[in-house]
Amino acid sequence: MKLKPPSPSELGDRLRDTEVWKSIFRPGSIFRRGYKDTSRDRALATMNNVLYHLHPVKVKRHGLKLTYTFCLGGLSFFLFILLTITGIFLMFFYRPMADIGGAVAYADMQSIRTTVFFGDLVRNLHRWGAHLMVFSVTLHMARVFYTGAYKPPREFNWVVGVILLFLTLGLSFTGYLLPWDQLAIWAVTVGTSLGGYAPFIAKQANFLLLGGVVVGPQTLLRWYVLHVLALPFVLVIFLAVHFWRIRKDGGISGPL
Amino acid sequence: MAREDTPLDQAVFDSTLAAELAKGSDRRVAEGRARSAAVRAYKAAHPEEAEAAPAPAAAAPAPAAAAPAAPAAVAAAPAATAVAVATPVTTPVRTAPLPTGNIPTPKKGADDKHRLLALVPPEGIQRVEREQGDRVNVWPHLLIEEFVAMLILTAGLLVFSTFLMAPLRQLANPNLTPNPSKAPWYFLGLQELLRYFHPMVAGIVIPTFILVVLAAVPYVDRNPSTKPGDRKIAISMFTVLFCFGATLTIIGCFFRGPGYNWIWPWAQGVFFDL
Repeated sequence: MKLKPPSPSELGDRLRDTEVWKSIFRPGSIFRRGYKDTSRDRALATMNNVLYHLHPVKVKRHGLKLTYTFCLGGLSFFLFILLTITGIFLMFFYRPMADIGGAVAYADMQSIRTTVFFGDLVRNLHRWGAHLMVFSVTLHMARVFYTGAYKPPREFNWVVGVILLFLTLGLSFTGYLLPWDQLAIWAVTVGTSLGGYAPFIAKQANFLLLGGVVVGPQTLLRWYVLHVLALPFVLVIFLAVHFWRIRKDGGISGPL
Repeated sequence: MAREDTPLDQAVFDSTLAAELAKGSDRRVAEGRARSAAVRAYKAAHPEEAEAAPAPAAAAPAPAAAAPAAPAAVAAAPAATAVAVATPVTTPVRTAPLPTGNIPTPKKGADDKHRLLALVPPEGIQRVEREQGDRVNVWPHLLIEEFVAMLILTAGLLVFSTFLMAPLRQLANPNLTPNPSKAPWYFLGLQELLRYFHPMVAGIVIPTFILVVLAAVPYVDRNPSTKPGDRKIAISMFTVLFCFGATLTIIGCFFRGPGYNWIWPWAQGVFFDL
C-alpha cells in the first residue's frame, strides 16, 4: 500500500481537531471546525471572543452606515492602541533626562532617528498618530452633537466624552515636551503660561506641574511620567466607562 | 410551502400595515406584523384549507367560533397596540408526542448523572419591553467594517509617516526664544485670543467656560428630538462656535508670523510646526 501524504485541507482539519486547538478557540469561533454561518454561531463568534465581546451580539442596522458614525469613535480608540504600541517601542530607547550640560533625552531622540532600526518610522507614526487622535476625537464629538446622541439616556456618557477629550489633549501636550528640542520647550512654555493666570492657585499649580518656576529638567521627568503612565491609566478607566455606558444606554443612538 | 405563496387576507394586511406605519413602527417590522395578522386571519376564515394543507399536524385549527373575531378585531381597532395585533386570536393547539413509558435506565458503571428542573414563578421573570427593531449581527457586518476602517487608517498613517518626517529642532535652550513661539496647534485658538483679551480671560476664563458648557450641553438642551429639523437652534449654535474655534486655530497656525504679527502664508511663508 502506498502512503499518500495528507492534503493541506486534511492537515488543517486534523490540526483543528486537536485538543490544543479546541482549548484555545471557544465554541462559535470562526477558527473552530464546524463553524456554520448561522445566527447562533454568529452570536457565539461575538460573545466568545475577548476582543469582540465589547460589542453586543446585534446592532441596529442604521449604525453600520458610514455616514452616521464615520467610524470616528472606533478610529480614535484604534489610534490610542496604535499610540500605545509605538509608545512602548519608543520607551525602550528614550530616557527623560535633561540635566544641565547633558541632555540625554535629546541625544536619545537623535539616536532614535538615526541608529535605531525603524526608529524614525515609529517616531513619525507616534507623532502623526497623536495629532490625528486629537483631530479625530474632536470630530467624534462634533458627530455626536449633530446626531443628538447626547440626549437621554446618554447624557452622562457625553460628559465622560468631554473628560476623554480633555485627557487626550493632556496626553498630547505632555508628549509634546519629550523630544526636548526648541520646538518642545517653547511650545510648552507658551502653553503653560496660558494657565499661569489662574486665580489663587496659579503659582502653586504651575509649580506642581513644572516642578519649578520654568520648564526645566524636573518638568521633563514629571511630564514623562504623566505621559506614559498616569494619564493613560486615567484615560483607560474613563474609556472603559465610556464603552460600558454605550452598551447600557441601548447601543448606538438613532436613527435620525 | 414558500413564504410568498402562503395565502393571506389582503384587506387585513393593508389595514394592519397602515395602522403600524401610522404608529411609527419600522417598515420591516410593520410588514412582518401585517403579514402575520393577515395569514392568521386567512387561516381563521378558511379552517378547512389549513386542515388539508401538508403543514405539520401539530398546528391544529382553532375552534371555528373564534374565527370571525380575528379580522373583526383588527379592522375595528386600526390603531391597536402592537400587543393586540400580535396576540394570536386563534390559539393553535400543540399536541406533544405521547409518553412512551420507556424510562431510560442508566448503564451499569456509568457516571451518576442527574438533571435539575427548576420552576420559575411568573413574578420572577423580568419582562423587557423593548422593540426588537431592525438589527444585524455584529459578526460579520460591523466587525468587517471596523476592520476595513482600521486597515485604511493604518495604511494611510504608514505612508504618511514614511514620507513626512516629524520635526526635531535644535537642543532646547531656555535662553534663546524662537520667533515666533507657538503652542501646539490645538491651543493656538487660545493663543490667538490672547491678542484680544487679558491673559486671565484668554487663558483661564474662556477654556474653563468652554469645558463647563460642553459638559453641560445634555442638561441644558432638553429638546428630546434628534431630528435635525427640530434642532435648528442647537445645531446652528454649535456650528457657529465650532467654526469660530476652527477659524481662530487656523489663523493662529498659518496667519501669524514673527512677533506673532499678522502675515499672509503665501507671501511671507508658514511659521508653523506640528
